[in-house]
Order: sequence, then structure tokens, then C-alpha cells
Amino acid sequence: MTGLDQHLPALQVAVPMVASAFVVLLNPKGLAWAATTAVSAMSFAIAIQLTMLVTAGTPLTYAMGSWPAPFGIALEVDSLSALLLLVITGASTIALIGARASIDAQIAADRQIYFYSAWLLAVAGLAGIVVSADAFNIFVFMEISSLASYVLIAGGPDRRALPAVFKYLIMGTIGATFYLIGVGLIYMMTGTLNLADMELRIAGVSDQRPILAAAGFITVGLALKAAVFPLHIWLPNAYTYAPHMVTAFLAACATKVSLYVLLRFDFFVFQQNLDGHTFQFAAYLMPLAILGILVGSAVAMFEGNLKRLLAFSSVAQIGYIMLGASLLSAAGLTAGIVHIFNHALAKGALFLALGAFALACTSLRFETIGGIARAMPWTFGAFVLAGLSLIGVPGTAGFISKWHLIGAAMELGPPGLALVAVILISSLMAVVYIWRIVEAACFGAAPADFPDVRVPPLLVTMIWVAAITNIVFGLVPDLPLELSRDAAASLLGHVK
Amino acid sequence: MEFLGLYHYWVFAVLLMIGFYAVVAKLNLIKKLIGLSLFQAAVFLLYITMGKVDGGTAPIFQTASQTNVFSNPLPQVLILTAIVVGISTLALGLGIVVRIKEEYDTIEEHEIQEIDRR
Repeated sequence: MTGLDQHLPALQVAVPMVASAFVVLLNPKGLAWAATTAVSAMSFAIAIQLTMLVTAGTPLTYAMGSWPAPFGIALEVDSLSALLLLVITGASTIALIGARASIDAQIAADRQIYFYSAWLLAVAGLAGIVVSADAFNIFVFMEISSLASYVLIAGGPDRRALPAVFKYLIMGTIGATFYLIGVGLIYMMTGTLNLADMELRIAGVSDQRPILAAAGFITVGLALKAAVFPLHIWLPNAYTYAPHMVTAFLAACATKVSLYVLLRFDFFVFQQNLDGHTFQFAAYLMPLAILGILVGSAVAMFEGNLKRLLAFSSVAQIGYIMLGASLLSAAGLTAGIVHIFNHALAKGALFLALGAFALACTSLRFETIGGIARAMPWTFGAFVLAGLSLIGVPGTAGFISKWHLIGAAMELGPPGLALVAVILISSLMAVVYIWRIVEAACFGAAPADFPDVRVPPLLVTMIWVAAITNIVFGLVPDLPLELSRDAAASLLGHVK
Repeated sequence: MEFLGLYHYWVFAVLLMIGFYAVVAKLNLIKKLIGLSLFQAAVFLLYITMGKVDGGTAPIFQTASQTNVFSNPLPQVLILTAIVVGISTLALGLGIVVRIKEEYDTIEEHEIQEIDRR
């Protein structure tokens, strides 16, 4: 590893963060969009390069300011972080390239530079969470990304976004503060903030009660941020009323980054050091995951607003990821982690397509999208493809994760059959809600004054890029699977 | 008084719960934000408390003959960052409340829900 390569973990965060300050100075709004997209693409390139380095060999570590690890702030990129980095920067880049027309339609011209600046800050914050190996640093990046996403969500023209974002702000801050309390309690007992160092030192702590309290605070706080059922109430409205492109970006990665921290903390720090924590983790999260899968899918079946429908489907998908993790086996974790990637592909493509629909429709409800399939055949085709991936039809990315999840559940023996049933029922419910959209779009009565809107070619291209990646990673799932397997092995490697 | 042995931690817990109560129970959005601030302030106290050593002073370089006990400065540095984060959150929250007032002409949560339902 030479030259620039070793600084990539720091650049992953620094590039979008520094750029976000300068985007505000670019006044013709086309320029701001171009610069933001270029910076996001550069972050994507850094993430790809990091992934190649990680798959080639050992995890990368970076000591900020050359201070050695337990004293200074360390950055670390392993397979799990690399996968998340790909999702974050990829979703941001694809959404931004296609976003121009949709953002012009939804956000006043004079406010766009701030919007783009907040977008880059969100990218920097999310990437920062993923590369940090320091508990307090994760908190700071978590707040940077959250504050930026509050701004992004509130930026839309729909005034209902404001109460939604207020609720998100309250619940997000409570979640982050719970996390902070937990980190404080651990610091009190161990005197360190570095995750690897924490793992070693907790073993020597004689009184485990504060650590146990810390585990509770951290798990609940992060579950709140990750919208794990039943802590998901902020999510549907925030996703529904946010600008469409913001939804496409955040739905793909925001909650998953919190899940990443949850997994990392629980497996690296707590599981091997707390008596019975492995059991508690599974017994606490598995019922929530199952309820989330069933309730999220069921509510989605009866929802009238398309964005809200997909938001509830996201609650169910988070359930799948948690279910995989709570199995506490290599196969289960692999399935959960690979679903982080595959769900981002499917949901990102679906929300991008909804953004395109919104250019023509007055609102995104079943009554108003009639005839959209004829007006936008290409966009609609991509929407159906991504929908199939969400359902988990063989040949799509969604199938890969569900297949592995079912395989992992079967390892449990007879009780696993119940889990398989849950997964199948939820997939059937996904068929229902995706079919309802298809039905309304194809056969619904078109409004008389249907506007003749052409979807901008860039947006159609990006929707297709997103849809086709669903097929590509459905047929050749080696890259995400390999990263997930490695990540699962490294997570389990920390459990006794 | 063994019961209140480490009373700092009781202050932390009580303040935390007062803030949390305000966030959950109050319908006025400004009061919710006040609750949120209290909630965060309680955590600041937790951090400051844990770094304090009885009779400890500021950790400033000293000669070999001095034998001062130091308080741990790291939690204070951390909490400086957390205070900045808390202020940014509060500022953004108040900004959102201003926008809500402009759009809905009320800052009572139940009234906003009522307006949205119509």
C-alpha cells in the first residue's frame, strides 16, 4: 500500500465534508449540482478503491494525526465498513446524477446550494460513522449525519414534512443521547473510547452492572436511530414527506448505518464480555425482528400513499436484517449483512422511480398514479424490476438475501421452520403491495388532464442503472456475499 | 448518608427523567425542546462527574517536586463537543418550530395533527 492509498479512510470523510463548505459558494445552481455530484462520485471511487484494498488483504487502519490507536482517534475499514461505504456513496451518487429535475421541481432555486451542502454533509457523516473505530467519534458523526438529514428532509415543498422532521429530530436526539450515556458508562469503567481497546479492557472490569446498563442504553438508542420495530414511528412520515431524491438516498443507507454500529458494538464489545449477553441479544431482537417483518408488511398492504407504503416495507426489511443478525450464526449474519446491500439496491431504485412518477402526478397516491405505466413505460419497467427484487424473485438481488436467510433459519432445525414461514408470508405480502402499485399504474383510470411530462434522460438512466444492479447482483452475487461472509466471520470471531 | 452516597449520579438520573418527561408528555413543541435540552444537559453532568477526582486540579504541567492530583480532563473535552452538538440540535429544532408556526400558525402538537387530518 503506497502513497495516497493509505490515506483513503480519512479522505472518504474529508472530501465530502470540506466540499460541503465550498458548495455554498457556487452560485449558479447548475454548478452546485455538478460539483456535488462530482464530489459524491469521487467518494464512490474512494469507496470502490477501499473495497478492493480490503478484499485483497487485511483491514485498513489509519491513525488520525499519527497518534497511535488507543490514545488518538483511529479509523478502520474492514469488510463490513467497505460494504456500507459502497452503499452510502453509491446511493448518493446515483440519486444525485438523476436528481436535477426532481430537485428543481421541489426546492426553490435560491435554497438549492444549501440543500446540496447538507447533502454532502450527510454523506460525510454517514461515511464517518462507518470508518470510525472510536465510540465518541461515532457519536459526533452520527449527529453530523442526522442534523444534515433533518435539513434535507425538511427541505421539501410539503409542509407536513415539518412536523415529521420535528418528530425525527426529537427521537433521533434521544437515540443519540442514549448512545452517549452508554458510551459514558463504558468509559467510566474502562477509561477508553477505542472499540478494540474497550473489548480488551471490559474483560477485566469486576463490576459488570454499569456495563450491562451501557449495553441496554446503546442497544435501545441505536435501535431508535435504526427504526427497529417498535421504535420506527418517526420513519414513515419522514420518508413520505421528504423530497423524493432525499428519500431515495436516505432509504438506501441512513438506518442501515445505525444497524452497522449496533452490530459492531454488540459483537465486538459486549457479547464475549457479558454473561448471557449472547442469549439476551437474540431473545430481545428476534421477536422484534419477526414483529417488524409482519407488521411492516401488513401495514404496507393497506397503505394508500406509495411513499408511505415503501417506508413501511423498509420497516419490514430492517426486520430481515435484524432477524439474520439475531440468529447469531455465520450463515444468519451473512444473510443479514448481504440484505443491507441488496435492500439498498431495491429500495433505492423504487424510490428513484417514484421520484420520476412525481414529475407527472399531482401526488403519489393510488388514485392519482393511474395510467403512469403508459406515460412512462421505461421508468415503470425499472420500477417493476426493482419491485421483483424487493419481493425476492429468483434472479434478483432480493432473492439472494432471502435464500441465505431461509438457509440460516433451517440450520435451527424445527423451530427454524416458523422463521421460514414468517419470511414466506412477508414475501407474499410484498407480492400483494407491489402488485397493487402495478395494478393501479397499468389499469387505473388516467386523469383527464394527464400532463405530458418526459422524464429527464439522466433520471431514467439512473433508475435503470439501479434496477439492473439488482439483476447483476442477483445473478453474480459474489462481491457482496464475499464481503458479508468476511464481515460475519470477523463479527463472530469476537464472540467466545 | 449512604443512600445518597454519590449524589451527583442522582442529580443526573432525576434531571434526565425530568427532561424525558417533558419530551414525552408536553404538547407544546418549544416545551418539548426545553425537555430535550434538559435531557442532554443531564448527560453532560454524568460525564463531568465521572472525571472529577476528590481534591483534583487542572492537569497542567508541573515540576518534579509538586504532587498534585489531577481530575481527568478527557470527559470535559468530550462534553465540550457534545455541548456543541446539543446547541446545533436545539438551534435546528427551534428553526423547524419557526417554520411550523409559519405554515400551521400553531405550535401545539395536537392542533397540528388536527390540521393535517383535515
